[in-house]
Amino acid sequence: MTEPLLKMRGVKLEGRSDEVWSPIINGIDLTLMRGEVLGLIGESGAGKSTLGLAAMGYTRDGVRINAGTVEFDGIDLLAASAATKRNLLGKRIAYVAQSAAASFNPAHRLMDQHVEGPVQHGVMSRTESESDAIELYRKLRLPDPEQIGFRYPHQVSGGQLQRAMTAMAMSCRPDLIIFDEPTTALDVTTQIEVLASIRDIVEQFNTAAIYITHDLAVVAQMADRIKVLLKGDEVETADTRTMLAAPTQEYTKSLWAVRSFQRPRKPAVIVGAVPVISVQSVDARYGTTPVLHDVSFDLHEGRTVAVVGESGSGKSTAARCIAGLLPPAAGQILLDGQVLPPDYRKRSKDQLRQVQMIYQMADTALNPRMSVGRIIARPVQFYLGLTGAVKRKRVDQLLEQIEMEPTEYYNRLPSELSGGQKQRIGIARALAAEPKFIICDEVTSALDQLVAEGILRLLAKLQDDLHLSYMFITHDLATVRAIADEVVVMKDGRVVERGPKDVMFKPPHDPYTELLLSSVPEMDPDWLTNLLAERGVDDIGGAAVDKM
Amino acid sequence: MGNVLKIILQRLALGMLTLLIVSVVIFVAVNLLPGDFAESILGQGATPEAVASIRRDLGLDQPLVVRYFDWLGGVARGDLGSSFAQANFASFTGTNSGTKTVADQIAPRFANTMFLATVTAVIAVPFAIILGIMAALYRNSVFDRATNILTLSSISSPEFFLAYILILFLAVLNPILPSLSNIYDGMAFGDRLEKTLLPALTLTLVVTAHMMRMTRAAIINLLASPYIEMARLKGLSPIRVIVRHALPNALAPIINVIALNLAYLITGVVVVEVVFVYPGIGQLFVDSVKIRDIPVVQACCLIFAAAYILLNLTADIMSILSNPRMRHPK
Repeated sequence: MTEPLLKMRGVKLEGRSDEVWSPIINGIDLTLMRGEVLGLIGESGAGKSTLGLAAMGYTRDGVRINAGTVEFDGIDLLAASAATKRNLLGKRIAYVAQSAAASFNPAHRLMDQHVEGPVQHGVMSRTESESDAIELYRKLRLPDPEQIGFRYPHQVSGGQLQRAMTAMAMSCRPDLIIFDEPTTALDVTTQIEVLASIRDIVEQFNTAAIYITHDLAVVAQMADRIKVLLKGDEVETADTRTMLAAPTQEYTKSLWAVRSFQRPRKPAVIVGAVPVISVQSVDARYGTTPVLHDVSFDLHEGRTVAVVGESGSGKSTAARCIAGLLPPAAGQILLDGQVLPPDYRKRSKDQLRQVQMIYQMADTALNPRMSVGRIIARPVQFYLGLTGAVKRKRVDQLLEQIEMEPTEYYNRLPSELSGGQKQRIGIARALAAEPKFIICDEVTSALDQLVAEGILRLLAKLQDDLHLSYMFITHDLATVRAIADEVVVMKDGRVVERGPKDVMFKPPHDPYTELLLSSVPEMDPDWLTNLLAERGVDDIGGAAVDKM
Repeated sequence: MGNVLKIILQRLALGMLTLLIVSVVIFVAVNLLPGDFAESILGQGATPEAVASIRRDLGLDQPLVVRYFDWLGGVARGDLGSSFAQANFASFTGTNSGTKTVADQIAPRFANTMFLATVTAVIAVPFAIILGIMAALYRNSVFDRATNILTLSSISSPEFFLAYILILFLAVLNPILPSLSNIYDGMAFGDRLEKTLLPALTLTLVVTAHMMRMTRAAIINLLASPYIEMARLKGLSPIRVIVRHALPNALAPIINVIALNLAYLITGVVVVEVVFVYPGIGQLFVDSVKIRDIPVVQACCLIFAAAYILLNLTADIMSILSNPRMRHPK
């Protein structure tokens, strides 16, 4: 235990864009002992993933290591030949990617991909590796461990794939595993299962790990030590408990602060007021598959309803029904007390104008070939009929409302904006129609916590200024706490529970709401252990599957 | 699988419909050509009576629509009709027993064309794919560039030029292969193959570039995918990463380009046939157009169209089957 397993010294990395090399990591030292788990935390763009890959001696296209050393168990990875590195990768250093769905080859069964490493590296025969895989699947509490390996990736759910990928990383019993945001794409309830599985198996085989994430609460459960990165520099490194108890740097403290944003409570709705949007007993189907059952809720002016639930619970489908993209099979939707035609093609321009959407992926929701000015100007012209100088003035005004300087941003293309800025443009585009009601579909889930908080604050301010009503679709309960007035909890296409936020966050809860609430990681290193104990799951691996 | 079967049946039905439309287009287009068989066979000194008599014999005096449906009815019964040229020849000799049907005339030629296409495909398809894989593996290397330049130059040169170059090097300067491909019925397979090799090599040069470049591009396109990165991070060799992890996911576009080139091999090799005196269907087709032998022209066109449609259908089905989501639904 005296010699570190991984020693990185003064590592500098550069990335190329438009033929110019700019720094990503500016000289980082990292030491990892055998069996130790190091949490690497920071916003996106902080260089966490790049650093994680560099620990494997690997860089993506357009990235290069231009200074420093990476030593794994005494082997200099940067000087090693390609063959030497190939012999280490997969066998002694393994990688678990953020999106298991994208990182499993769609053309091969899980098992074929699992045994590939051991067989190619000559660690085990195919039969040995297959029975070992089944053992690992069992340890990771995958359902039907005997058979699941013989499925294709698209036949397995995201959370299960993430565990299968962890099993694959374990296939050669490596000394070190790099976990690159393995639970970021998962629902809170699924996240817990994956976190618990990963933690157990890493402990059981005494594997060292680097755990990369942007979620402090998650890393608190997983890591022995935490290293905070900001724009390619190390902010601080400390033992997990020490850091959580007493972060020394301002930036680290600000990461904590994000979760504290909360809107003041609004006065109660006037009795008898006509709701802006009223969803009444809506059923919906995709083809013949029913996806929504008897969904009802009201939303009043200037208020926010948060619709929460796991993926597949029907949140987005409800939004599609309201927007008229998916005409409901039964029930109706009222805008200001007037029945809206179910199909958006049958709605008047004014009805269309009143209901706007902001999307999760600002990246794909903005036309990459249109400048910011044109993107915002389109609805201004289409809905309000403004042209020429008046239109330009209105666009400038909208840009100011979203706190972006018109002269600087008017002519930029989406590719020249950061993720948070793109999402602001999405907001401005929705505002341009001067709507009453905006559907925000997971608008912050692709953003870092600090940026997301900025977006939430902006939305709150706009709501106060313009008396907007929001339907906030999210799976993140921290967001709900921050912004909602009312909460609708959905599961399997049904509303499980609804009511004012204060009531919803106080017991007693519907069992499903309780599960959702308790699944949100907390900033306490013992949270996961305690929670699992409470739920009666044996977290020392190999135990019976607790169907949560 | 029921899903896939449904798609296949749908495509087949669509293919039949396309074929029907194609037949109308062919029929109209051929009839739009100036002059007809009677005029071209009788030459400039023909009397109007002689022309009219031949037209009457061949049914050319009937309205277009009637002739089309006569012909279509025949095709539906599997009768492609009789060649004008052969019928004429028979009536001059006073016997009708020697009349050759279009089917008799086309069958051996078509068999020859298929033979040439098959030999070429057996050489060209694996060659192009292996070349494409190697180019993707050593992308941007000297090998990659050289392959690109060579295949592009060969596709950019006229076919007859390639053919003469090959004849020069492989038949004249180094007499390894025969320069004439005058194959005939009852020839031993080995001889037939030897005679076919030079035109097959010429065609290989013509079709390789397209398939090779698509293979290379389709693979390289996938190299930035997370699962390719994963394969690399598992310490797999570069060749394994490409052949096992990239290629299976790149099959759909490659299959489509292969189908397109195979269709070309069946329908578009007239020039090569002429250079090597190869008795394929292309030459027959051109000759028939020259003398306005409409039944033969129509039959050839129909075969060409059917070949295109069938090959594209096969490519579609194989692309669908190459996707595990289609083979193994949830």
